[in-house]
Amino acid sequence: MDYSQFLAMKQEIGLLVIFLFVFFYDAFMPKKSQGALAGITTMLFGVFTLYGFFCPCLNGACATDAFAGMYNTSAIVVAIKNILNIGVFIVLIQSMKWANSEDQVIRRGEFYELLLVTLFGMYLMISARHFLLFVIGLEAASLPLAAMVAFDKKRVESHEAAIKYILTAVFSSAVFLMGLSFVYALTGSLYFDAIAAKIAAEQGVMLIVAVTFVIAGIGFKLSLVPFHLWTADVYQGAPTSVTSYLSVISKGAAAFAFLVIMAQVFGTVYSQVWEWMLYALIILTITIGNLFAIRQRNMKRFLAFSSVSQAGYIMLGVIAMTATGVSSLMYYILVYIFSNLAAFGVIQAIENNTGMVSMDDYKGLYKTNPRLSFTMMLAMFSLAGIPPFAGFFSKFFIFTGAIEQGSIAIYVLVLIALINTIISLYYYLLVVKAMFIHQDECKIANFKSACSERVAMWICVAGIIALGIVSCVYNSLLDLTDGTSLLANLF
Amino acid sequence: MLFGLNILLYFVIIPVLMLLGLFLCQKDNMKQIRTVAVVGSTLLVALSVYLLVDYLALRAAGETAQMLYTDSWCWFENLNINLAVGVDGISVAMILLSAIIVFAGSFASWKINPLPKDFFLWLILLSTGVFGFFISIDLFTMFMFYEVALIPMYLLIGLWGTGRKEYSAMKLTLMLMGGSAFLMLGLIGIYFHSVPEGQQLTWNIVEIAEKGAIPHDWQLFLFPMTFVGFGVLGAMFPFHTWSPDGHASAPTAVSMLHAGVLMKLGGYGCFRVSMYLMPEAANELAWIFLILTGISVVYGAFSACVQTDLKYINAYSSVSHCGLVLFAILMLNTTAMTGAIMQMLSHGLMTALFFALIGMIYGRTHTRDIREMGGLMKIMPFLAVCYVIAGMASLGLPGLSGFVAEMTIFVGSFQHTDMFHRVFTIVACCSIVITAVYILRVVGKLLFGPVQDEHHLKLTDATWWERFSAITLIVCVAAIGCFPNFFSDLIKFTFDPEFFTVLGLIK
Repeated sequence: MDYSQFLAMKQEIGLLVIFLFVFFYDAFMPKKSQGALAGITTMLFGVFTLYGFFCPCLNGACATDAFAGMYNTSAIVVAIKNILNIGVFIVLIQSMKWANSEDQVIRRGEFYELLLVTLFGMYLMISARHFLLFVIGLEAASLPLAAMVAFDKKRVESHEAAIKYILTAVFSSAVFLMGLSFVYALTGSLYFDAIAAKIAAEQGVMLIVAVTFVIAGIGFKLSLVPFHLWTADVYQGAPTSVTSYLSVISKGAAAFAFLVIMAQVFGTVYSQVWEWMLYALIILTITIGNLFAIRQRNMKRFLAFSSVSQAGYIMLGVIAMTATGVSSLMYYILVYIFSNLAAFGVIQAIENNTGMVSMDDYKGLYKTNPRLSFTMMLAMFSLAGIPPFAGFFSKFFIFTGAIEQGSIAIYVLVLIALINTIISLYYYLLVVKAMFIHQDECKIANFKSACSERVAMWICVAGIIALGIVSCVYNSLLDLTDGTSLLANLF
Repeated sequence: MLFGLNILLYFVIIPVLMLLGLFLCQKDNMKQIRTVAVVGSTLLVALSVYLLVDYLALRAAGETAQMLYTDSWCWFENLNINLAVGVDGISVAMILLSAIIVFAGSFASWKINPLPKDFFLWLILLSTGVFGFFISIDLFTMFMFYEVALIPMYLLIGLWGTGRKEYSAMKLTLMLMGGSAFLMLGLIGIYFHSVPEGQQLTWNIVEIAEKGAIPHDWQLFLFPMTFVGFGVLGAMFPFHTWSPDGHASAPTAVSMLHAGVLMKLGGYGCFRVSMYLMPEAANELAWIFLILTGISVVYGAFSACVQTDLKYINAYSSVSHCGLVLFAILMLNTTAMTGAIMQMLSHGLMTALFFALIGMIYGRTHTRDIREMGGLMKIMPFLAVCYVIAGMASLGLPGLSGFVAEMTIFVGSFQHTDMFHRVFTIVACCSIVITAVYILRVVGKLLFGPVQDEHHLKLTDATWWERFSAITLIVCVAAIGCFPNFFSDLIKFTFDPEFFTVLGLIK
């Protein structure tokens, strides 16, 4: 065996090293030095994130296969992993105070270990070019999350959420595997490229069923409507740090994995088999997510439905099956990470200090905590797509990427999506209204948030403002796809 | 060029510097806040006057390019998005109008309360968007600035407004953003059809107009998108309903800026994007929108007649007058278009004056219901006289701006010889009479009637900053009325038939 192929997995190995370090530190270090665990892990992860940007793979031709083509990495794959790393890094900073709180201190090590394992799973999902490896990644990314959701041992909702999450996760895996077995029956292979080559020749009902099952399986992870029913309860019940991890990192990774699978495996039968499915899913996801978000008063449930509809927008990047669409999708994920984490950062700070999570409690926040409310407002505006914040640019580009496909049906689809942005603007403004306009009652007294929380918020705010205006971010993402317009050759 | 930078950039740089300045101000230090606002807006006025003079000098020297001061900086390379700027006569006029109204608005909100710092921050952010919109010739940046100008309205009305402010603010924001949803689709559509097959796609308005490559079928689809998109902001029937509520609830300076400048963004956009880029579709579909705008003109005027709230009267009057702008643009000939631009200027100044005066009266009497007020001429003669002047401008008294603009529009519209256009011109003309009815009714009741409330007798007349704000606007209104040639010459250059393809289609 040629061991040098492990070198293709530099990022996975790096992650594994951090994981092992945390594991042994947690297990064997004396009690008095345990307190530094959160700080050390975050710092190590920061270094690792930085390393990702200097990874030799970014500098051009290094698309590498390993293990007989089961594993693949390329500049674009490294880039999406870097995007996820940035998000995880912010989540780690945000959760420092929570992880060090009295209730959590006893299982602090486990939080970091589980988190790193799920991230490892997501890496595999993104890099897999063989369904076996993909399923390993999928399971590694799902099951530990259930434990993380149940982390608040003393809150009943947390347990309830964990049960719901694990049941849906297992169920969706079953559905996915069912689809896979159909695919295997049709083609006799689990390699992406081998499947793609075979299914182009023989299309039939079997293929449609198989694609439906596969889409449904990943749809659960992405919480696309109608597979979204677990989202609100789980987001509400889980500890806020875990919720923010679920809503941005897990979703971002799943979206990209979805893109890879659909483009690589089923790309050849796109227009015949699943184009209309995708249209229906997008319209349903955006609309239903939006309509349900309007009525929510609990901020975490509210952001849950908002993130359901955001997933629909992310899927718009898949439609055109072009390079512009892919880079717009990655850019959208990046911007979404910053905006959503800013919102969750504020929610978390308020929850940690006062225990309040209802939108009604946010009334008059501007009077008592102007900085927090400004951060929240920027996050809301960015999610709603208001210029000059990054969300505007990402929305604009993802629409442009979708319309590049050119048919009139796309125009109608984008129009529906655009009208939905107005609905979403309505509920995002409800939060702004509560914070800024209702100034008579102030339920939340002025408090000073922890240093780590403030740092995370500053990073997010800087991202929200800079990512759009500084064009080189989007340009460099587009450069990654340079030269290839055919999606299947991209990864 | 001014200090080594393109002069147009200063119209964005100055507001951004003002924002920074305001950010550094102490929270409730009115002195600092006023200084920043006044210095900044004075600079803007000075700069726009300088731009006007310089522009005219360049034209006089024989410069014949469509857009002057053009410049372009690459932004998003792969999508060919540039920060492209450039102005013609219309933009120069609009920039001047905006600068004057921002200036007057700063004085009108001299004693804004509460949170003065935040108020000015949002107000200046709004004007950044407005200036950016008028200097852009790239569809992307234009649209971006357009939305930057819309969103501050929500907080400005919601926080500092009166009456049903939350409802109005939400309604206004959602309706305008709804318009911009259509607009965004239209603009992306234009981008993908901007050039003949195989060439580099572009967002640049001038290039798209030169190539004229948008296929006919796509024009028929994209023209209504963009026209409705901008038309919502131009208060076109049936998308005007945000306007009365929004204006009635907004604080004084915001009403001034919104009716005076922001609604012009709609008219300007309809002209610059819909008409300019898709002349064939404009020619074919104009009749649909003529009917709609014709309804706005008459319906707005009639609605104004039955209102009792001063701001509602004026808001409906704005619907009527702004309808006239779109109406004239749709006539597709030079005279009417010149009239449309004159009407934008005239209405901008006049409405700003109206809203400023209403704000000042409301600040004293604490009511805007005309049934509860009367005899103000005796109590506050200065404000009352200004109100009469604004009213006269609105109903088209010669010597003031309204007359010039409306006259030009109707003369231009009547140049069409077919039945359809003529009937609609006559219908629209009727609005002048109706305008006279509601203006004179208010003037009679409010200013000359018997005093309704004993407490009103103790009220004082305008303070110096209020006088200053009002006089600035009156001088401008009179200037347009007395020297219409100056302004129509400024604008006319744009309608040089060589590049205005619309005119090629009309005999």
